[in-house]
Amino acid sequence: MEKIFGRSKGLTDVPFSFCPGCTHGTIMRLIAEVLEELEIIDNTIGVSPVGCAGFSQDFFSCDFVGAAHGRAQAVGIGIKRALPDRMIFTYQGDGDIAAIGTQHAIHAAARGEKITSIMVNNAIFGMTGGQMAPTTLEGMKTTTSPYGRDIETTGFPIDLPRLVANLPGAVYVAAVSVDSPKNINQAKKAIKKAFQVQMAGLGFAFVSVLSTCPTNWGISPVDSLQWLRENMMPVYQMGELKVTEEVKSL
Amino acid sequence: MAKVNVLSEYCKSCGLCIAACPKKILAVGDKSNKKGYFTIICEDQEKCIGCALCATVCPDVAIEVYK
Repeated sequence: MEKIFGRSKGLTDVPFSFCPGCTHGTIMRLIAEVLEELEIIDNTIGVSPVGCAGFSQDFFSCDFVGAAHGRAQAVGIGIKRALPDRMIFTYQGDGDIAAIGTQHAIHAAARGEKITSIMVNNAIFGMTGGQMAPTTLEGMKTTTSPYGRDIETTGFPIDLPRLVANLPGAVYVAAVSVDSPKNINQAKKAIKKAFQVQMAGLGFAFVSVLSTCPTNWGISPVDSLQWLRENMMPVYQMGELKVTEEVKSL
Repeated sequence: MAKVNVLSEYCKSCGLCIAACPKKILAVGDKSNKKGYFTIICEDQEKCIGCALCATVCPDVAIEVYK
């Protein structure tokens, strides 16, 4: 018998430290497999932020740099400019890239920085205990919005990929999900494209991945996927939001 | 002939693979790993078709599939 599925070389042997059922691990697997398929593990430097995504340096077998909260893209851009032949990616949660790090996401896209950013959107601050994030849905209960998010006082959720897609420097922007095997495979294609864009030096590539947080949502891992499908997917625009002509011809 | 192999030290018993398996042959076992999770087992290896849906959805990359 031949092994048709196993742990990617892009991952270390360290078991993920996430809660049971957290789809952070699925997204990390996809990135690791893409690094392996494109044969860029040794040439890649990842940048980890603060939050659950901050553990990522333990799990990827490529080089990693830790950044301050929200600053992963700023650090990544610095490395890319100093070492332009390396592949740079940032792996950030929504509480990092869509809150304290929004300006870096916007300006990286505006300047067309040649890095790849992966955003993991679970509509909540996961690591700190389930507080309301800018991506929290209207009416969604969190520890800091116990009666549900009130848009009168706390505003509307930010759909970061749509914001970024408006900027000319962003050449590839996709919003995907990891709730089903089909969507997981589509997410992998989008992540692969985002790395190919950087390899071709075309510009800023951004992939937002809808993820679950069973612990802080307070529902089981299987029900979390259903909750994501029913509540998050209608709010956040899905699919490839921006693919320039150059990217299409890759 | 196909086979699933659960890497028990990686498994956290979240149950996503149980929900994804089209043949419904995966279940929570009665042995725990070092972290205390009762890990997933394959109850009927003969019925496995090697579709790898369990491994695709596994967030802890704890499943190997052979075919």
